[in-house]
Amino acid sequence: MGRYVARRLLQMIPVFFGTTLLIFLMVYSLPGDPVAGLFGDKGASPATIEAIRHKLGLDLPLYEQYWNYMKGIILHFDFGTQIRNDRPVTEVLGEAFPVTLQLATLAFAFELIFGIGLGIIGGLKAGKLADNAILIFTLLIISIPVFVLGFFIKMVFADNLGWIAPNVSNEQLWSEMIAPAVVLGGLSLAYVARLTRTSMAENLRADYMRTAVAKGLPKRRIIGVHLMRNSMIPVVTFLGTDIGALMGGAVVTEKIFNIKGVGGLIAESISRREGSTLVGLVTILVIVYLVTSLLIDLLYAVLDPRIRYA
Amino acid sequence: MPDVTKTAAVAEEAVDAPSVVEAAAPKQEKARSLWGDAWHDLRRNPYFLVSAVLILFLLTVAAFPGLFTSASPTVGDLVNHYLGKPELAHIGQADWLGYDGQGRSVYARMIHGTRASIIVGICVTAIVTVVGGLMGMLAGYFGGVMDAILSRVTDIFFGIPFLLGAMVVLQSFTERTVWVVVGALAFLGWTQMARVMRGAVITVKQADYVHAAKALGAGTSRILFKHILPNAMAPVIVVATIALGGYISAEATLSYLGLGLAAPTVSWGVDVSTAVDQIRVAPHILLWPSIMLSVTILAFIMLGEAVRNALDPKMR
Repeated sequence: MGRYVARRLLQMIPVFFGTTLLIFLMVYSLPGDPVAGLFGDKGASPATIEAIRHKLGLDLPLYEQYWNYMKGIILHFDFGTQIRNDRPVTEVLGEAFPVTLQLATLAFAFELIFGIGLGIIGGLKAGKLADNAILIFTLLIISIPVFVLGFFIKMVFADNLGWIAPNVSNEQLWSEMIAPAVVLGGLSLAYVARLTRTSMAENLRADYMRTAVAKGLPKRRIIGVHLMRNSMIPVVTFLGTDIGALMGGAVVTEKIFNIKGVGGLIAESISRREGSTLVGLVTILVIVYLVTSLLIDLLYAVLDPRIRYA
Repeated sequence: MPDVTKTAAVAEEAVDAPSVVEAAAPKQEKARSLWGDAWHDLRRNPYFLVSAVLILFLLTVAAFPGLFTSASPTVGDLVNHYLGKPELAHIGQADWLGYDGQGRSVYARMIHGTRASIIVGICVTAIVTVVGGLMGMLAGYFGGVMDAILSRVTDIFFGIPFLLGAMVVLQSFTERTVWVVVGALAFLGWTQMARVMRGAVITVKQADYVHAAKALGAGTSRILFKHILPNAMAPVIVVATIALGGYISAEATLSYLGLGLAAPTVSWGVDVSTAVDQIRVAPHILLWPSIMLSVTILAFIMLGEAVRNALDPKMR
């Protein structure tokens, strides 16, 4: 186990540097100059622009910029400076992340509860009416793009019924986040339900289920412990990769409901060519992704004792 | 004290439920290949029939939009500004779904928008399957250093959130044609296919017929393309059909964000993004492209599900 974790951690290092370098190169190959953009139509003297570029280190060769950036992150947890406001990126991220985290947590809870719930019903009633209804429902959800779903929910519940406010206010109350969380988590909910359902229906036929029934164990225990524990592996795998996807995928949902989170920051940084902010954001998302995928792999052994790590 | 007999019976019933479905499946008369077997199952699957008919219809619309409408999707007459409710009596005519803010026929735009979505979906899937499949096959078959390098490269691309990465790539193009969007989505999308292919190849390469072929002195390329590839294709095809719907959705989402296709290209995503600003005045402009989009994605996902059921009976 210890060796396995050590090997995985070592493998994370090239992936971490590779991903950040890739996004770094992508962002810095964008046309346009964020510093010149500061001055709008009036423009500024080339000397001023050059001075700012020098101060931010933008006049260095690309590999040196990447080196400095990585050094800053690893040694001082410094993600650079936001060009537009001249504020540290960590401060900007510190404001936006909690909002998106709040949204993603709600969405995650939503897909966890309803996704697994629907999946269990479908799996236990495989082939029956309830199962088919759930299959069709999830198929429909998967087919509707997130922004379409978002606008229809907004149209029906905000404009026609007036149950929710069309936009989330600056206080980001939990109650305001419910509709956006449903939109954000909807797609994943459908996948979770399908994975749970398939996995349960398959495991119902396993020998250990027959044994558990033959031993006369109570139904609660058969389904709750023997079936669920073994059926959760594909679901847990999906949920693990989904945490990162929820954070990154909030761009659309946040735009629709006017939420001031990471999504809005991403869209703004891309259009303003704010390389430092964008690279910082993606770096954090990559770390989240790497850590969760490691935790998920370790969780397998807890769920299925047959899995051992060499 | 729980009622043991009852719970056992309920559990037993639950255990039996899938096998009933199994017994209902037609008995095989003679041995068929994996693909022959799959085709036999597919022809009887209502999901497959419905999705196949829908997809054939959509392909026809994409190839020959002129068959369905004679109105131009780009020329508008401001007299018709926001006009109209759908009128069944006028089906097939330019005005039956109303007009958008610039007096262009919503119906004509809906028909002509099909091509962009279908091209993006099919081309991205084709590129991703070839590139990802090749990477996965090499990593899975050769293992060792080759696997370590290719798998890390895959991890690097996989680590970047798909939508976010596509946004950055697309931002660097001033003119975003269909091919630019195809390129951006393929650039980030191949990783999934590489992973699936790698897993499938690792399973297949341990099969006896591969060892037999090796013992008989078959060359590497012959083993790879004659023995491994056909037997490892099944999961890749399943993922590809389902992903196709996802790419269509991704194109629309990027167009909505203003980073995908843009006017004058006619596409459902472009239409939805313009309709959003007018949602209170004229919801019908948002409705029709959204419906077409969802139906198209649904058709491809249903096809993928049907293919999966046919290729992997265990998943039923």
